[in-house]
Amino acid sequence: MTSREKILSAVKTNQPELATLPDVDFLLQEDIDVPEKFIASLTTIGGQVIMVEDHDAIKAFIAENFKHPSRKITTVSELVDVAEYIEDNSANPHSLENVDYAIIQADLAIAENGAIWVSEDKIRTRVLPFITQHLAVIVRREDIVPTMHQAYNKIGSNDYGFATFIAGPSKTADIEQSLVLGAHGARSMTVFLIN
Amino acid sequence: MKVGLFIPCYVDQFYPGAAIACLQLLEKLGVDVVYPKNQTCCGQPMANSGFEHLTGGCNDLFIKNFSEFDYVVGPSGSCVLHLKEHLHNNDNPEIATTLSNKLYEFTSFLTDVLKVKSLPARFPHKVGVHQSCHGQRGLHLSQMTELVAPEFSKPGSLLNMVKDIELVHLNRKDECCGFGGTFCVAEEAVSSKMGKDRVEDHLHNGAEYITGVDMSCLMHMEGILHRQGSKVKVLHIAEILNGE
Amino acid sequence: MSEIQNTTNHADLAEVFNNDEARVDWHDETLWWIRSKRDVAVNKISNWEVLRETASQIKHNVLSNLNNYLQQFEGNAIANGIIVHWAADATEHNQIVLSILRKHSIGQMVKSKSMLTEECHLNDFLEVNGINVIDSDLGERIVQLAKEMPSHIVLPCIHKKKEEIGELFHQHLGTPAGNADPQFLTETARQHLRDTFLTRRAALTGVNFAIAETGEFVVCTNEGNADMGAHLADVHIASMGIEKIIPERKHLGVFLRLLTRSATGQPITTYSSHFKRPNKGKEMHIIIVDNGRSIQLGREDFRNSLKCIRCGACMNTCPVYRRSGGHSYHNAISGPIGSILAPNLDMEKYADLPFASTLCGSCTNVCPVKIDIHQQLYKWRQVIVKNGYVPAAKTASMKIMDWTLSSPTAYHTAGKAGRLVLKYAPFMVNNKLNPWYKHRDMPEPPKESFGEWYKKNRK
Repeated sequence: MTSREKILSAVKTNQPELATLPDVDFLLQEDIDVPEKFIASLTTIGGQVIMVEDHDAIKAFIAENFKHPSRKITTVSELVDVAEYIEDNSANPHSLENVDYAIIQADLAIAENGAIWVSEDKIRTRVLPFITQHLAVIVRREDIVPTMHQAYNKIGSNDYGFATFIAGPSKTADIEQSLVLGAHGARSMTVFLIN
Repeated sequence: MKVGLFIPCYVDQFYPGAAIACLQLLEKLGVDVVYPKNQTCCGQPMANSGFEHLTGGCNDLFIKNFSEFDYVVGPSGSCVLHLKEHLHNNDNPEIATTLSNKLYEFTSFLTDVLKVKSLPARFPHKVGVHQSCHGQRGLHLSQMTELVAPEFSKPGSLLNMVKDIELVHLNRKDECCGFGGTFCVAEEAVSSKMGKDRVEDHLHNGAEYITGVDMSCLMHMEGILHRQGSKVKVLHIAEILNGE
Repeated sequence: MSEIQNTTNHADLAEVFNNDEARVDWHDETLWWIRSKRDVAVNKISNWEVLRETASQIKHNVLSNLNNYLQQFEGNAIANGIIVHWAADATEHNQIVLSILRKHSIGQMVKSKSMLTEECHLNDFLEVNGINVIDSDLGERIVQLAKEMPSHIVLPCIHKKKEEIGELFHQHLGTPAGNADPQFLTETARQHLRDTFLTRRAALTGVNFAIAETGEFVVCTNEGNADMGAHLADVHIASMGIEKIIPERKHLGVFLRLLTRSATGQPITTYSSHFKRPNKGKEMHIIIVDNGRSIQLGREDFRNSLKCIRCGACMNTCPVYRRSGGHSYHNAISGPIGSILAPNLDMEKYADLPFASTLCGSCTNVCPVKIDIHQQLYKWRQVIVKNGYVPAAKTASMKIMDWTLSSPTAYHTAGKAGRLVLKYAPFMVNNKLNPWYKHRDMPEPPKESFGEWYKKNRK
């Protein structure tokens, strides 16, 4: 008998009588002021939110603020003239080790916790939002949902090879519970909130 | 209404004052109370040590002593909780279930059955309330800080009827005192440290008395207070509610 | 990595920990602060208790249908291009990891946090077999450098002071002596581990949730170390216990809302990464591990312990854990949850753990999946006694106590004779030198018992 068969048979023998799976859709009815809450949540966890009208405003912000000699990468076609544009997933992840700024577009964002959701097609190279020193994410106001339940409702059965929620800069408090931003991932997270 | 007074063994032997206060207050409130003299112990010390299978004798004795009453009232959340969860009789399961359903911890009997709205008591002192875990988390005598749920406190509502009492705020309002039955000797180091910390919270916040629904926790804290030479005293809640 | 020798039990280890009272206070306050942050976070969710109940029910359904969910997960994961392995126990798990590495001639691996690999003692095994493993979670890296076990499942080095960490970094990573600034030390670890991430061809991660419906798995970190390791390596190995399954993707909404609020008071971890398919040209492996879990599943009183999502809230709230430290539990998973999981693995070795509790019940109240932890501690005590894993002296004294308390005559005689000796009092049982007296006085014996008073004053 293989381990697989052994485990499955032991589980089958020992598991309790079938219990029903509870409904979770009732959790979709949560009513909160979505954009305000998102800004508050993200700010609390160390991110910053910049309100912008359009991509030109983002470009202006980047020119003004991300100007140190730096390597900037974007996966957003509108920003092609202010950063290196990656259009597919062909880049060797190791080639991104010296990226200072990555600017990506979120699929959606969540008010209750300040997280943004990106799937592989939005980041192109999986390691990009982690290996970059600083992360900037474009969020459209209408893409903000109240809670995780609405987020998964929107994600539905979308197919992706990889996807992630990102909530603020990488952080650790492993040393005496002192919060330090910039553990192994991005040191900062800026969200451009487009009206 | 005929009420059987259940006095836990250590209260009987070391804290007769708490038991007398319970009896007197129930009598003042017009309850017909009887103390069956052949009672001993609820069996919890053995059960919590892993020897629940040895508690048959205690169970039988408890059933024999108390089955005849309309209600059974005891001044200990811990002993009452133990009986409510574990009292059983293999020959007559129903007799145990019926009895545990009419078993009440002292303060909840006052609030839930007698529905006491006022008390003639006065206690002009600063008092810290110790939330004994088994009464609080086991019998839900008051809301627990871990839960997202509305505040309430049965012992607290009774203490608020006492004239001139001042209840002190605690930094950790429902942390365990570390008594834990045999835990207090088996895990002496942690147990006494927990007790010291709990006492310190009351002292730091200016309590002159520490009260609660369980004499065992209070005995633990009293042992520490006494060793430290503190003048702060412990009193079972019945002693305050029965005052003046 | 050295393992704590089981030459002693929780009470003895806790006593050693308590020799330094200032340190106990520091440890207690640090963990209480996390519990307080948890309270603030959960109180912002008005239907928190509904969420807990829902999560508990979902997990109940998982346990009741685990056999099918595991196969569904396996089928979907394989269809997604993931290679699935099954390990009956720790040894087999470790062998599978080694064989994957050997197949690719890989001698160095980076690992993010996985309590399962701690349970399996994977690092020791791989070191013996010539594989270098670097733990990338900062706390795990610190205990690895110190050659210790993690003392907490979420906060591995919560027992260590920053000065001790500064000294470790000085010795191992060449930082200036005496520098204990968390910001500086974290930055040092970032630089040191960045090189590791960029040079390791294999990365191992844990699994927080595995979704039967889609064959994907979710890994949660704050540091980003799991992603840095996994996305830069050629081979990603993910180790999971059989109980990590959840039925559908949408159920993640429930668990991700609960997990980090319970753990640290954050609304969500910085990264919640969903791995569904390997990147092209790369390999993704999942090792599904039993290691005693199917036995626990068959223990009716204890199977709910398998609902655990490893948030650590029960440790942070436990007044005993806070004052005894994680290492006093001499097991990979410490605290209340460790105390109900460990006896399933080795009842004799861990016979002391269910007794390392006052049964205060706070653990049960904070548990996001509503495991009845303190009730299980009580039940394990009964099982351990029945299986004979308690000292004979304790059994003898319990029998005397039973005899005394079952007989009113014996009780009253003992009371009269011994109000000063207190032979039958709960806290005197198993008495050698009466540990009560060490820090506490006995109550002053009254002139008469209540029973005696009652006889004189009533009827």
